Amino acid sequence: METTFDLPANIAFGVIAVAIIVAAIRVVTTRNIVHAALWLVVVLGGVGAIYILLQAEFVAVVQYLVYIGAIVVLFLFGIMLTRAPLGEMLDLTNRTMRVGAIITAVILVTIMVFSVVDSFRDEEVDFIAYSGDVAAAQTFADLSAEEQETVLDEVAAIGAEGTDLGPVGRTETVSDSIFRDYLIPFEVISALLLAALIGAIVIARRD
Amino acid sequence: MPNPLNELLRQYLTVAIFAGLGLAMVGAMLGVGWLLRPDRPEPQKYINYESGVDPLGVMWSQSQIRYYVFALLFVLFDVEAVFIFPWATRLEAYGAFGLIEMAVFIFILALGLVYAWRKGVLRWV
Repeated sequence: METTFDLPANIAFGVIAVAIIVAAIRVVTTRNIVHAALWLVVVLGGVGAIYILLQAEFVAVVQYLVYIGAIVVLFLFGIMLTRAPLGEMLDLTNRTMRVGAIITAVILVTIMVFSVVDSFRDEEVDFIAYSGDVAAAQTFADLSAEEQETVLDEVAAIGAEGTDLGPVGRTETVSDSIFRDYLIPFEVISALLLAALIGAIVIARRD
Repeated sequence: MPNPLNELLRQYLTVAIFAGLGLAMVGAMLGVGWLLRPDRPEPQKYINYESGVDPLGVMWSQSQIRYYVFALLFVLFDVEAVFIFPWATRLEAYGAFGLIEMAVFIFILALGLVYAWRKGVLRWV
């Protein structure tokens, strides 16, 4: 089978990746801790865009709502409410940072190489396998070239009609899993959130 | 041969174009303003209130702890929205049962809002 190299998606990935790297460098080099939190928004937003490139729509929405919406708000409040020094901090960027950067980079590369090698081994990844259906991918690979062409045309026709493209991290799949298989845990979450809310109010009001 | 998996990405291309146009518009407006306006800098013009009271102290200062409760409430209901979003995409398939499921969920969380209200947290003194 001819490998499908998706040029637009790769260009988009490159642009997003560069934006993430630049913003991430600014997070650790900026001298204002509030600006660091704001640069973090750019990093997290870029990661969310990469989730969309990977067809993981629901994860992307969670990324935008929870991380950019809620976590960054908590960061900013944490900075503004505590006695952390605000404004310019000249000693925030110093020489020991380089040692830390090297150690972090080594650990990160080790983990990434291990996880990629460990999860794929010598498998060949073709794009039908992306839909998560390995058996279907194997069946597809066993077909002759002409049959493969027919299957792809059919899939393309379905795609053009906007119907189901398979469980590619689709929000509907996530929804079915929550509201059919894990209904009771889902309702328990509301009680957990309620407990967290009341606890937070009790602690915050003690003034 | 079109890659069928990219239908989703093609939909998000609209979002990307929209965002790009938005940024371009802001840039164009600021750029045109920068081109057209006269530039005569004076120290007086850089004070926060040019014709008001002179500011005291530094502009970076701690904020009131009171805002914190609002941030917490926001985080909680943000998480609630995360669960409502996938539910909304499949609402028609679940029917009345799905409606009851979500009603129970929202009701239990609404109790938290009632608690905050009764405790006077929402009141701005």
